[in-house]
Amino acid sequence: MIWNEKMECISKDDLLDLASQRLKNMVSYLSANCPTYKKNLDQHGLTASDIRNIGDIIKLPFTTKDDMRDSYPFGLFSRPLQDIAEIHVSSGTTGNPTVVGYTKDDIKLWSEVMARALCCAGAEPGDMLQNAYGYGLFTGGLGLHYGALEMGLTVIPVSSGQTKRQLKLMDDFKPRILSCTPSYLLYMAEEAKEMGLDPQESSWQIGVLGAEPWSESMRLEIEQLWNILATDIYGLSEIIGPGVAQECKYKDGLHIFWDVFYPEIIDPESGLPAKEGQSGELVITTLTKQGIPLLRYRTRDIVSINYEKCACGRTSPRISKIKGRTDDMIIVRGINVFPSQIEHVLLGIEGTQPHYQLVVDRKSGELDDLEVLVEVEEKIFSDEIKKLRALEEKIRKEIESVLGILVKVKLVEPKTIERSMGKAKRVIDKRQV
Amino acid sequence: MKLTQISVFLENRKGRLHEVCVLLSENRVNIRALTIAESEDFGILRMVVDRPDSALQALKKNGFSAQLTDVVAIEVDDEPGGLAKILKVLTDKNINIEYMYAFVEKLSDKAVLVFRFEDTDLAVKVLKGSGIKILRKEVEEI
Repeated sequence: MIWNEKMECISKDDLLDLASQRLKNMVSYLSANCPTYKKNLDQHGLTASDIRNIGDIIKLPFTTKDDMRDSYPFGLFSRPLQDIAEIHVSSGTTGNPTVVGYTKDDIKLWSEVMARALCCAGAEPGDMLQNAYGYGLFTGGLGLHYGALEMGLTVIPVSSGQTKRQLKLMDDFKPRILSCTPSYLLYMAEEAKEMGLDPQESSWQIGVLGAEPWSESMRLEIEQLWNILATDIYGLSEIIGPGVAQECKYKDGLHIFWDVFYPEIIDPESGLPAKEGQSGELVITTLTKQGIPLLRYRTRDIVSINYEKCACGRTSPRISKIKGRTDDMIIVRGINVFPSQIEHVLLGIEGTQPHYQLVVDRKSGELDDLEVLVEVEEKIFSDEIKKLRALEEKIRKEIESVLGILVKVKLVEPKTIERSMGKAKRVIDKRQV
Repeated sequence: MKLTQISVFLENRKGRLHEVCVLLSENRVNIRALTIAESEDFGILRMVVDRPDSALQALKKNGFSAQLTDVVAIEVDDEPGGLAKILKVLTDKNINIEYMYAFVEKLSDKAVLVFRFEDTDLAVKVLKGSGIKILRKEVEEI
């Protein structure tokens, strides 16, 4: 079923009218409620009257992750804290994390778009959802949860991890829908076999899989292993969390909910609109959010967009799977990792900047491994093993506390980390996604 | 009355020790004693050589992390109880050893022990006070 036929099957003309009106309102709202945006708009000499229709969106300045960091924690909020019902936190590029706040109406919006997403994946009211995204500061768990409640699913809020328990609950309760990261679903297949469960016979018929990049070949592997429809979900906490875009059963791009999250594709170098059909950086404007609305937020994700009506009946444009990033962020086990975060930790420990490199790997049927190689320069070298081991431990613990995932730290000899053009290569991604 | 030891950081990789030895040989540095401490991924090569400064220079020039450390070398009789006698003195005086290694002299019936102490100066004082002979240049020049 289509959850919100009016909005998801809206004609392009009607949508553009609606988006135009909403953008105008949004610019007035930000000028009135968010001093940071007001200042920014003033600097660009812009007021709400400069926005006549959605085409004028290109006049507006971009918002970046750095803007969010610089306004930490609440500088980009448009509502006083007493109006904020919920706060979520994700990793920032250095030091401060990224903070987002939702009013009660924003939670309603989140529930609405997530209900659309779950229906788009093929869920029907009355189905049971096993939600294996992490609950907590990460938006994955609660986002799916709100959508499931909104559309009338029975939700099992099992959260991430505890694989044996996940599989037992699946086997005992027979949920039809599963939400988790694609790599975790692959990982669970191994564990299932060890427990004597046949993945082919699982109760899961639909997977709502996201929070990390994955390929068509990985989809094929998952679908064959589990005998399941594996759909891709896209979102980012800055915009709302999961529920920005979702694949339907045709799996030909992710329907983006453009009446509330207006998409543009730009050339990341020039900032100008990309030619229609060409890949570029996805930029999203939240048209109706209240707590922390964002104008032209640069997602750093490279996608293309298709405005043709889909066979499923939805008119909402479809973005491709993420083709890459315009920065050096990597996603490990659903967590955003920036090399600059590691740099920050190392600088804090030794007061010097040792060369380092992140190596991400995913062995078949296993979860992502993140290994941090650190060159042992003279300043940190000791003739005692225990001191070097202690250093290794300290680096590991501090990185883990910043990233929130387990990592390995390996000390390596100086000058062994590959340098290209004098600049060290910070990330080696060996994953075959 | 301390001796200079040179230590080098080595990754656990095939041929790495060989490369260090070739480098030292090219720089006409003679290794008198050596030991390797290892962990899972890396090791520390510790050596007493005849010309530690040249060795350090050569290693650094070739990108190794290396450093000089003060150690103490003691000559003991190469016979049962030789080491035990020294350790008793240290234990009685509560001197902590970080690590140690030994080698046997070619032309005498003595063994040489190399100690790395937590507090080198204190250890030297205690050993000398107990009449134990501490070697200096002799080791480098054996």
